[in-house]
Amino acid sequence: MSLFVIVALPFLGALLPGLMYGAGRKACAGVTLAVTLTALVGLLSRLPEMWRGETLYARVEWLPALGLNVELWLDPLGFFFALLILGIGALIIMYGRHYLSRDDHMGEFFTYLLLFQGAMVGIVLSDNILLLLIFWELTSLSSFLLIGYWKHLPEGRQGARMALTVTGMGGLAMIGGALILGDIAGSYRISDILQAREAIQASPLYTPALILILLGCFTKSAQFPFHFWLPHAMAAPTPVSAYLHSATMVKAGIFLMARLWPALSGTPEWFYLVTGAGLITMVLGAVIALFKHDLKALLAFSTVSHLGLITMLLGTGTAFGVLTAVFHILNHATFKAALFMSAGIVDHEAHTRDIRRLGGLRHLMPVTATIAIIAALSMAGIPLMNGFISKEMMLKEALSTELYGPYWLVPALATFGALFSAAYSFRFIGHTFLGPKRDDYPAHPHDPNPGMWLPPAFLAALVIGIGILPFAVEPFVKFVTGAVLGNVAEVPTYHLAIWHGVNVPLMMSAVAVVGGLILLALHRPFQAGWDAAPRPEAKTIFEAVIAGALSLARVLTGAFHDGAFTRYAAILALTIVAAAGHAWMTGQTAQPMAMGEWPGFAPSAGWVMLVAAAGALVMFHHNRLIALILMGIVGTMVSVGFAFFSAPDLAMTQISVEVVTIILMLLALNFLPDFTPKESTAMQRVFDGGVAVLGGLGAGLLAYHLLTGSAIAPPISGYHLENSYLGGGGTNVVNVILVDFRGFDTFGEIIVLGIAALVIYALTETLLFGPVRARLLNRTPDKPLSGDRHPLMMVVMTRVIMPLALMVGIYIFLRGHNEPGGGFIAGLVVAVAVVMQYMASGFAWASARQRYPYHGIIGSGVLVAGLTGIGAWFTGTEFLTSSFGYVKLPGLEAFEVASALFFDVGVFLAVVGAVMLSLESFSRLARRADMPDSEYPMDIDPSRDTRTEGGA
Amino acid sequence: MTHWIVLPIIIPAMLASFVILAARYHRDIQRVASVAGTLASLAVSIGLFWQAFDGTLSIYQLGNWAAPFGIVLVADRLATTMLVLTGILAVAVLLYAIGTDWDKRGRHFHALFQFQIMGINGAFLTGDLFNLFVFFEVLLIASYGLMIHGGGAKRLKAGTQYVLYNLLGSTLFLFALGALYAQTGTLNMADLAARVAMIPAEDSAGIRVAAVLLILVFAIKAAIAPVHFWLPSSYAEAPGPVAALFAIMTKVGAYSILRSYTLIFPPDLELTAGLHGWWLLPVGMIGLAIGMIGVLGAWRMDRLVAFSVIGSMGMVTIGISVFTEAGISAGLYYIVHSTLATAALFLIVDLVLSHRGGAGLRLYASMPLPGNAMIAGLFFVAAISMTGLPPLSGFLGKLLILDATYDSPLVVWAWAIILGSSLIAVVGFARAGSIVFWKSRQIAADHDDPRTEMDNVETKPAPVPQSLPVLPVVAIGGLVALIVAHTAFAGPITAHFRATSAQLFDQEPYISVVLGTEGKEIKEGGNALGYKKDKGGKSEEGYGATDEATEDATGAATSGTGEGH
Repeated sequence: MSLFVIVALPFLGALLPGLMYGAGRKACAGVTLAVTLTALVGLLSRLPEMWRGETLYARVEWLPALGLNVELWLDPLGFFFALLILGIGALIIMYGRHYLSRDDHMGEFFTYLLLFQGAMVGIVLSDNILLLLIFWELTSLSSFLLIGYWKHLPEGRQGARMALTVTGMGGLAMIGGALILGDIAGSYRISDILQAREAIQASPLYTPALILILLGCFTKSAQFPFHFWLPHAMAAPTPVSAYLHSATMVKAGIFLMARLWPALSGTPEWFYLVTGAGLITMVLGAVIALFKHDLKALLAFSTVSHLGLITMLLGTGTAFGVLTAVFHILNHATFKAALFMSAGIVDHEAHTRDIRRLGGLRHLMPVTATIAIIAALSMAGIPLMNGFISKEMMLKEALSTELYGPYWLVPALATFGALFSAAYSFRFIGHTFLGPKRDDYPAHPHDPNPGMWLPPAFLAALVIGIGILPFAVEPFVKFVTGAVLGNVAEVPTYHLAIWHGVNVPLMMSAVAVVGGLILLALHRPFQAGWDAAPRPEAKTIFEAVIAGALSLARVLTGAFHDGAFTRYAAILALTIVAAAGHAWMTGQTAQPMAMGEWPGFAPSAGWVMLVAAAGALVMFHHNRLIALILMGIVGTMVSVGFAFFSAPDLAMTQISVEVVTIILMLLALNFLPDFTPKESTAMQRVFDGGVAVLGGLGAGLLAYHLLTGSAIAPPISGYHLENSYLGGGGTNVVNVILVDFRGFDTFGEIIVLGIAALVIYALTETLLFGPVRARLLNRTPDKPLSGDRHPLMMVVMTRVIMPLALMVGIYIFLRGHNEPGGGFIAGLVVAVAVVMQYMASGFAWASARQRYPYHGIIGSGVLVAGLTGIGAWFTGTEFLTSSFGYVKLPGLEAFEVASALFFDVGVFLAVVGAVMLSLESFSRLARRADMPDSEYPMDIDPSRDTRTEGGA
Repeated sequence: MTHWIVLPIIIPAMLASFVILAARYHRDIQRVASVAGTLASLAVSIGLFWQAFDGTLSIYQLGNWAAPFGIVLVADRLATTMLVLTGILAVAVLLYAIGTDWDKRGRHFHALFQFQIMGINGAFLTGDLFNLFVFFEVLLIASYGLMIHGGGAKRLKAGTQYVLYNLLGSTLFLFALGALYAQTGTLNMADLAARVAMIPAEDSAGIRVAAVLLILVFAIKAAIAPVHFWLPSSYAEAPGPVAALFAIMTKVGAYSILRSYTLIFPPDLELTAGLHGWWLLPVGMIGLAIGMIGVLGAWRMDRLVAFSVIGSMGMVTIGISVFTEAGISAGLYYIVHSTLATAALFLIVDLVLSHRGGAGLRLYASMPLPGNAMIAGLFFVAAISMTGLPPLSGFLGKLLILDATYDSPLVVWAWAIILGSSLIAVVGFARAGSIVFWKSRQIAADHDDPRTEMDNVETKPAPVPQSLPVLPVVAIGGLVALIVAHTAFAGPITAHFRATSAQLFDQEPYISVVLGTEGKEIKEGGNALGYKKDKGGKSEEGYGATDEATEDATGAATSGTGEGH
């Protein structure tokens, strides 16, 4: 079977349990098992080729730019792990089918399990270190889902998050390490990296790469000081613990150390880091395990300890260490999975895993007891069990290893660890299964149905089988060892056998077993001492760290993102000044800053007024009305400035915009208090003032520099001046730029204007139909309202002005192309004319006479402008291409018509519509229920008969 | 002459004005028009993408005026890619908004939506800086309208800050444009590129300031630290689908940086050395850190996603800041990824909000939502993608950016911050998801148990146990499927982005196509006012001929093309 299929099968199969869930639990488990077995058969089908010494490769390009491709290989090491993953996986699935209760969603469970399985198979078959990383993090994610499977349990959720955080952190560190390794080796292919031992170990980046990779391995394989997550992951359902946390996932770190052994091992850094961490973990895990009351916690810490043992063996960097490690991986997987499953059975049947409430179970569940005792004896390292052989080998290797300090340190620590290992194994046996039968179990324990005990029984058979006939697996173990060693070292000639004669390791082993028995006998006082002793609780520390990070994050982001706009703006202003100042300082200026000429009296007076008005605005801005008036002065001075610089179009536009804006603002002021409260302290004001001065000075300096310099090449406006008549058909260059040269900008800007009006309208609508409406209606004006809402004089005046204003508007519009004017100004003039009617006679009266909705006017304005542009397509030219010609109408002189005129109509309509819609929306807010709309143009009508009207 | 290039701008503009004119009160017509318009824009964008795929640069001279005198649209690989991304996002968001009836909660949703699309498409297509300003205005004001759609005090307050901050940005844009025009006399991007290169090193101060002001404008749009402050509240308070659409808005800023700082101020330009090339990487890292710390510190789901936007823009900035082909293509890959992922997350969060009853989006447990498993699954996938965990596109993007920064002097800092912030984000997202989706099961279990004390938990049951609506789930599922596709086809996609960044760095074709294409032929005669053209200094050469001395070239320019018929 293709390697792709073997890896992909569990992932594709992960869809099935969910689908089959409806068909019942049996079908659900069956299909999961079928997927796993198919993959297993597929794997075994490749064994013959591999046994002949071939390494199988499969490759598909994925992200060649990065060197990340789907590259798989099958060598003995990968095969060994894949076999463990799929083989034990199949047993776990059988076991899990009976373990899960009817309340648990089995489809979800098996989906996650298959995802995990696929990720694991992916890790061990990856020939690309980046691809391996992907599968690596996938195991973290799928184990997150599996540990948190019982979502209603807080331990499950916390354990899942802890596991994800710790292993995720390691995975992230590994990304860095993998990228460095790949960069040194020139390829991300693992088979290439393994060839690059010399280059890697000679590189100055070797140590950082090693540390980053080992961070990944140590977190995943629960090595000190990252061991603490594993016991908390035991909140998962037991099949998950048995699968992930004994046989497979926690071995991923071990796998990677073995995989990269030829490239990384053999240096002092490797030796001290790996052996050191492994040794500490082994001893620490074994000691803690003895004092755990929860069966699964005991097994969890024992797993930590055994993983430490394997790590230590890999760290020594000798071929014999590797051989022992490989053998112990196999042995540990068999007995530990069996133990977890037994613990699960006890929990399932007795409804407790607390070792203090158990005992005497051998009478009630003899089958389970037999299996568990066999497996536990192997864990203790008793002869005839496979654990014994690998432990002997470990002690032998320890004897030849020297770490810091005296030569006996490592052997002594190894014996010490083995001693505690024996002790907790005996405790597991003794306090659970031996002893008298009790009558206070939470439930009535009995052996489960065979579906649950057969899988661990199979493993227990293996434990004994390998223990008695170690030479049967010897070729395979050496085969795998050879793959780990690569071409760095030869496979040792050591024979796996029960009896190697009376030697030092056997003595050490005997010390460990006897010492373990003594320790168990003295367990009660030791336990009391342990409970009394203060010791750091990893979970508390971890949670404190997370909580600390959380509150720090809250402070950091909360304090700076609290919605204080003044600060946001100050930071923006300072950033601009600093960045621009830096750019200025680091650059060079050719011409010196020189004073300009005296501009004459009138401009200077205008300048003084502008500055005075702006300064006064700063002083008096708390009074909103005065602020508005001062802004009016500024606007007027700007208009005058435009006129002074011979820009009549701009001056006209500016002055009409000023008028409309002031009217809009006045309407808005109607709803605001007269004064802005003082909200900032004196210090803040000084600071804000400083920021403002800095910004103003910067802008002023920049403007001065630009005005006294000149462009590197003549500006494009020269072309516009040249061609406005010949190319655009108009002599008013400003207008031709607006409607022709850069008509597309104008098209955008009228849309902006239209949108602004729509937004104002939408906002008003929302307000009027929301809770604000009540506040608006109940508002009491802070000033007395005028007794004469619609004064007679004003009504008459506006009626007279209306046609005149419209005429002016049309005139300005029509002359626009050749003389100052145009659609924009005309639109504003006409809008002002209409606004006057609203002001004079009130909203209701005016809008009753308004036949065309302003929305429509905006829409039609944009449409007309757009369609004019599109019209050019029919002459085969681009959007907005203008054409013009002369038209002779009877009775009139020949006059020029440009298509831009229609575009200008669109501009005109959009402006009128936008201004009016905004005003109308504001006025709607002002309408009040207690003041009925007047249906007359004015409140006082001399001709009206007040008696029949009912009085005014 | 093909008009395709202008269509992604014209279609939404015309549809929106049609809707305002004729279908203000007809929701169904609006919906049909809006969907049809969005699909049509997308289709055109795909066509343009196809056309530009082989490296063809197409330009469109509006009003038939030759650049730099008129406005040109330029469709190259980068612009068309961004167009397609916008179109896809718009379709998903629109379906969601219709499916959840978000468009009914206020006026003019569809018109504003179309105008927004128009603004975004225009910003990507234009080849003229002033025109870019106009489109920035269009998208700013339309996005403001969309943001406050549906109203509410908090939303209006956030909206005010949003529009104020961005108006400051617009003002700065005008300063930058003024500074550029005063020193170069043009605002066409290609012409700017040609003219900025002529500025002597002895007079660099002014143009350096202009370059910095311009990038600050784009940095504000892209929410790059420390000018990102407008983003968290406004994205968090915006309606869900609008926030999802905004996923592309920050990318407009990133796009503008890419365009301007490879074309006008390319990295090898002596004149602007030591500016953005130097500090863009650090600010990207700061942004990334702020964003992911914000993810951890968020007390509401919507703020959490909003901060992740800041973080992902930090990543994009880091990718761009190295200004190499590898870096920019990594940044582009990340841009697509983060657009899809943030949009999906905002939509999911909105779905949570609408199904969660009284609990809102605050991060504490409430009763399980209807369709909990489905929403939780979508959230899980989107969060994996956002935090950059394998196997989704976030991880690949992260790898690409890590790889691209390998040669930077700040590589250690960059890697530490990228990887560290990933971890912080993982913790933040895991915490949020576990509280909202998992802890609710415990609440439900405890709720059934009368003995349990119910402290500090929202026990109000969700309003009505309703099943999930189809259209929104389709929209989110579509986005998630695209994330998966973005991962699976990473090879060809990155190859395309490599080609895209190669095209960006090869400025010569861009400049010569834009400036070398002739525009309108000016006819003489028929001149009623007796206006005559100056005959002096004319040339058959087009404006800005590169091999001529400056004086001659500009002399030729002012006399225009097509003389002497």
